[in-house]
Amino acid sequence: METQEALTEALEDSQDYKYGFVTDIETETFAKGLDENVIRALSKKKDEPQFMLDFRLKAYEKWLTMKEPEWHNVKYPKIDYQNISYYSAPKKKKTLESLDEVDPELLRTFEKLGIPLDEQKRLSNVAVDAVFDSVSVATTHRKKLMEVGVIFCSISEAVHEFPELVEQYLGTVVPVGDNFYAALNSAVFTDGSFVYIPPGTRCPMELSTYFRINTEETGQFERTLIICAEDSHVSYLEGCTAPQFDSNQLHAAVVELVTLDNAEIKYSTVQNWYAGDKETGKGGVYNFVTKRGKCVGDNSKISWTQVETGSSITWKYPSCILQGDNSVGEFYSVALTNGHMQADTGTKMIHIGKNTRSSIISKGISADKSSNTYRGQVKVGKNASGARNYSQCDSMLVGDKCSAHTFPYIESSNSTMQVEHEASTSKISEEQLFYFEQRGISRENAITAVINGFCKDVFKQLPMEFAVEAQKLLALKLEDSVG
Amino acid sequence: MLEIKDLHAGSEGNEILKGISLSVKKGEIHAIMGPNGSGKSTLAKVLSGHPAYKITSGEILFEGKDLQGVSAEDRALNGIFMGYQYPVEVPGVNNAEFLRMAYNARLVKQGKEELDPMDFDDLLQSKMDMLGMEVKYKERNLNDGFSGGEKKKNETLQMALLEPKLAILDETDSGLDIDALRVVADGVNKLYTKDKALILITHYQRLLDYIKPDYVHVLSKGCIIKSGEKGLALELEAQGYDWLTKV
Repeated sequence: METQEALTEALEDSQDYKYGFVTDIETETFAKGLDENVIRALSKKKDEPQFMLDFRLKAYEKWLTMKEPEWHNVKYPKIDYQNISYYSAPKKKKTLESLDEVDPELLRTFEKLGIPLDEQKRLSNVAVDAVFDSVSVATTHRKKLMEVGVIFCSISEAVHEFPELVEQYLGTVVPVGDNFYAALNSAVFTDGSFVYIPPGTRCPMELSTYFRINTEETGQFERTLIICAEDSHVSYLEGCTAPQFDSNQLHAAVVELVTLDNAEIKYSTVQNWYAGDKETGKGGVYNFVTKRGKCVGDNSKISWTQVETGSSITWKYPSCILQGDNSVGEFYSVALTNGHMQADTGTKMIHIGKNTRSSIISKGISADKSSNTYRGQVKVGKNASGARNYSQCDSMLVGDKCSAHTFPYIESSNSTMQVEHEASTSKISEEQLFYFEQRGISRENAITAVINGFCKDVFKQLPMEFAVEAQKLLALKLEDSVG
Repeated sequence: MLEIKDLHAGSEGNEILKGISLSVKKGEIHAIMGPNGSGKSTLAKVLSGHPAYKITSGEILFEGKDLQGVSAEDRALNGIFMGYQYPVEVPGVNNAEFLRMAYNARLVKQGKEELDPMDFDDLLQSKMDMLGMEVKYKERNLNDGFSGGEKKKNETLQMALLEPKLAILDETDSGLDIDALRVVADGVNKLYTKDKALILITHYQRLLDYIKPDYVHVLSKGCIIKSGEKGLALELEAQGYDWLTKV
């Protein structure tokens, strides 16, 4: 038995995408299709208060009037939204008293993914919320965080335990009708993470959510809401993987961040959804995500760091609304595309308050036949005197069949603003690698060094252990693409 | 140390080297001269194991071992060093870190422990002092934005660190003004010891004013058409290559 397991694991490790396994677990899944009844059923299933049902129905109504965006630089066949199941959850008992009641198969799944959830093995300095298909299965360190007043739980639990906070903030950053995918998410989201950091508190550990899609024809719609009250601080990390299927899975998440006066949120993502078959492009996750933060308070700060290495299509623009005076928005991004992947990603920085500052560092790496687009917008309102932005967008091409595109938009209604934009395109070449090899450095280490050099400014924003992971991930993905 | 026997090699199906034989012993300096397009740089690339170049027949023995199928990385680890004509620029990779990677790769190969950044810095500084190089070479990125002369000095620094048994310097003098040439040549002379061997590939004789070869070979159209002692280089300087290539 042990040999068999070891063998299976070894086989998985040798594949391009080692997270491509499926967990065989009993789930409860809704029939495919979406209408008002499905939404009512879903809300009832989750025993939600009236305000949540109203929120969902309003979003659904909006969604019906909206069209799927077509302005982006990605191509894919039309999605049939009636051919998706909008709810899938591992069958479980009504409430879980402890992790012992979580299906052991699930615990094993997360352990395989490197996210141990059980008491003995859990990461000591990182609290994890594990989301499997649409439902949060476990949140670690909850009690310890509660002692300092930090709330970290699934959003479903928050709806029941802290309804006033959810009602006050949900949809205030990303309104229900914001865009097609956000409207869909608002109507049907099933779970996600909720964080509240009380005034004057520095969250004592990293918070992290780990998303896993398991079922083939289920859409995953998570919703994350993070609120940092006055003078508080949190660092949050999100990771994602999915099994290998020939069909495409839809992932349409919404993340909302709110910072009050002097508060700071640092949100990091390492995204490694299954990207489809490298040769044929078949399968993979459609990652259509709306992430936005609102610096409501003065002197507050929101910082997005993302390392995007998976998904067959990525459509995502983590943004900041800089409403409070002197507030700061940051966006650090590494987006890698290979095989047949397509990414259209970037950010929006909306300057409303006085002396607001934003910086954008974007590094795009395209390999094989992939297409990688940076799309950014810097918007300065008429009251945002003294606003400043610095943008740097660099692209690296690996091979000659890929493409990189940059679309920076700057819109200003205030003459006192200062904007700087720099851009570059470079190539990782056979000659560079030969140079390293001729000095006795292995090809693998050479690629890692060149890519890390290119991504340095972004990696240094990540928490230490995740930076190391991210470096390895990029090297692994590019190994076959160079040369 | 190096034995080349009737070597035929080329890239993308074009045969560029058409039967080269050459023997280089420990303690010898060989200069390979020849007009543009004679195959000089190709020879350097074939010796160092560039993946785009293939040996079609003949063999290269280094310390008695056939190099066919040995990767560039392993050749380097076994003591073959190539000084590039055009060292490639690698933005984002710190020069000192690159040098440490290369140095440690050799230590690992020899079964020794890697040097940590502090100890390595001491070693690097001593080599830089010896070559009279400024501290900027540690701080900048690998060849990134370097002038022609700076790149060649950086090649010399790498040679000083890696202490190769056989160094092949491809057109080391190209792109250098006379001062830079003197600095680089002085460096090479300091590094050259009797247990090593050196192959200088050059179009012009002037490099040989600074680094004195024991033997000179003239390459034309992929063959060595004349070999001699260092006087041959002076003859070439005076008369050009024509008197040899015209049959």
